[in-house]
Amino acid sequence: MLLAGRCLKKMLKLENVSKVYKVGTFGGKELHAVSNVSFDIEDGEVVSLIGESGSGKSTIGKMILRLISISSGAISFNGIDISNLKGGALKEYYRSVQGVFQDPFSSYNPIFKADRVFRIIREEFFPEITASEWNDKVERSLRAVGLNPGDVLDKFPHQLSGGQLQRFLIARALLLDIQFLVADEIISMLDASTRIDVLNLLADLKSRGLSILFITHDLSLGYYISERALMLYRGCVVEMGATEKLYDNPLHPYTRMLMASVPRLDKKWEEVELELKAEQAEVTSGCVYFERCSEAEKSESCEGHRPPLIEAESDHFVACSCYAEGG
Amino acid sequence: MSLQVENLTVYYQTLRGDVRALESATFTVADGEIMGLAGESGCGKTTLGHSLIRLTPPMRFVEGSVTLDNEELPVWDMGRMNDFRFKKISIIPQYAMNAMNPTRKIGKMTSELLESRKVSFKTTLPELKRRLDLVKLSHDVLNMYPIELSGGMKQRMVMVLSALLDPSLLIADEITSALDVSSQKAVAEMLVEFRDREFVKSVIVITHDISILYQIADSIMIMYAGQLAEKAFTEVIIHAPRHPYTKLLISSLPKVGVKYSEKRLTGIPGNPPLLLDPPIGCRFRDRCPLAFDKCVEVPPFIEIEKDHFVACWKVFEENAQA
Repeated sequence: MLLAGRCLKKMLKLENVSKVYKVGTFGGKELHAVSNVSFDIEDGEVVSLIGESGSGKSTIGKMILRLISISSGAISFNGIDISNLKGGALKEYYRSVQGVFQDPFSSYNPIFKADRVFRIIREEFFPEITASEWNDKVERSLRAVGLNPGDVLDKFPHQLSGGQLQRFLIARALLLDIQFLVADEIISMLDASTRIDVLNLLADLKSRGLSILFITHDLSLGYYISERALMLYRGCVVEMGATEKLYDNPLHPYTRMLMASVPRLDKKWEEVELELKAEQAEVTSGCVYFERCSEAEKSESCEGHRPPLIEAESDHFVACSCYAEGG
Repeated sequence: MSLQVENLTVYYQTLRGDVRALESATFTVADGEIMGLAGESGCGKTTLGHSLIRLTPPMRFVEGSVTLDNEELPVWDMGRMNDFRFKKISIIPQYAMNAMNPTRKIGKMTSELLESRKVSFKTTLPELKRRLDLVKLSHDVLNMYPIELSGGMKQRMVMVLSALLDPSLLIADEITSALDVSSQKAVAEMLVEFRDREFVKSVIVITHDISILYQIADSIMIMYAGQLAEKAFTEVIIHAPRHPYTKLLISSLPKVGVKYSEKRLTGIPGNPPLLLDPPIGCRFRDRCPLAFDKCVEVPPFIEIEKDHFVACWKVFEENAQA
């Protein structure tokens, strides 16, 4: 994104990233969890990755965190390709990139006290630091996420609420001077009255220059926090662009269907013909949305040819053949 | 009145004492009404739903009465409730995805289920098939094992099963939470369809997702920490709530079109109280911005306007002045 002529630094860049799993009895079949995804995230930017379950959104998050390998393509962070980082270099990478996941309860070992997650960070990354310095650092990062250290330290995970545990994990990430956070559905397990606090926390961290990949299935949460949004369907980006443009003027039939079926508090559901999710059919070389699409006159070009992402308006890209010609 | 609940109090027995999960619930659900029951986790909404149909230990019935179609339900008696379960009152359980027997084909399981209630599978089969069509499931599912169905399909299958004997009251416990938005919408609309076609007379939809209720429910009841807070028509709860908890809860929900940079939403400070030893009086007192001296007494659940029930001393005061 160009801002008044000043080009912001691209912090994270994904280029044609794919993840292919071998499935079937002898691994003879291939499952394309993510195919040819390219996007980039700038300094201090929040990008929402939106999709239904099985759309590959968590897979992308895990690939960025190097929890799973990349089948093809490249992910680079501040200009360095991360796909083959090893040993010390990988550890340095984790100093700046961390993740927080959906279920705060299973992120902890119930046998140990919850602040063990901080101790592990100290042993791994800050062995030279003194105890008092370290305690200071922990307290500061706990306060940064809106927790009172006295209330939450020295407790077992079951003694803390979901919101507290989730903020604990964000505090853990903040102990390292991270520049990038992968937030994978971190709100969905929290109660309505506490989820907005965690969301506001992310917004505060962003204003301090942290970039966030916000993975969600909830469209209103994505709108609340992010500048840009990516719509994912069966491993492919079908639409991406500035959040307002994507929400106010959804172009792809899938985005439109999703927008129409999201339960909202300000609008009742319209009578739209709803195509139920198709069974996992073979992915053909054509458009990924082909079987469910109500828009396409099911022309041969949709079936045989996967539409590329094209710029429909400035900073608004869509992968649909409806917009390919003349648009 | 289809369902009348009076003063229903249910505790959980634990080694450390009773957990007061449901305290003096009094409400009615009319014929043809879809009532949404919402609240945070641990507020007692599932306890309320389950105590109407299957009150098992560690749940302990303390007091109260439940009347369905002018007939009192013996909710405290597991054995006698068998006459009502499935026929008069039925539930679509939470995690309905795992509710079916994985070792039986679905058709076989259904026939065993019906036979256990002394209903012939053969005579029910045509109706079963009609309803499968209605929820857009092919008849072949009867010859399949549950594992062969996707999450949304299982959910729809269990819905059909639960409502098969045309119960008077259907309880739907968090049936949409595990689904994608598109299947969520389909399942929610089918629930309305079931009511419209009079398969079921009234429905209680238990969920934490108020936006779903706004789409399908006629009325919404909000619970907080085991107590009823407010019940009114859906439009009233969403647009003109009276209880401070409802107000804060509704205003903390992000809507499409709201950005933090333009309008920063706030949560409700504090956490819900532990129900093992709950605070006396109104349980929302500690987090409530309007709390005053009177709140150490338990506010009654009173109808302040037609069909609008609230349990809050401040609201009563305002109402008396107006």
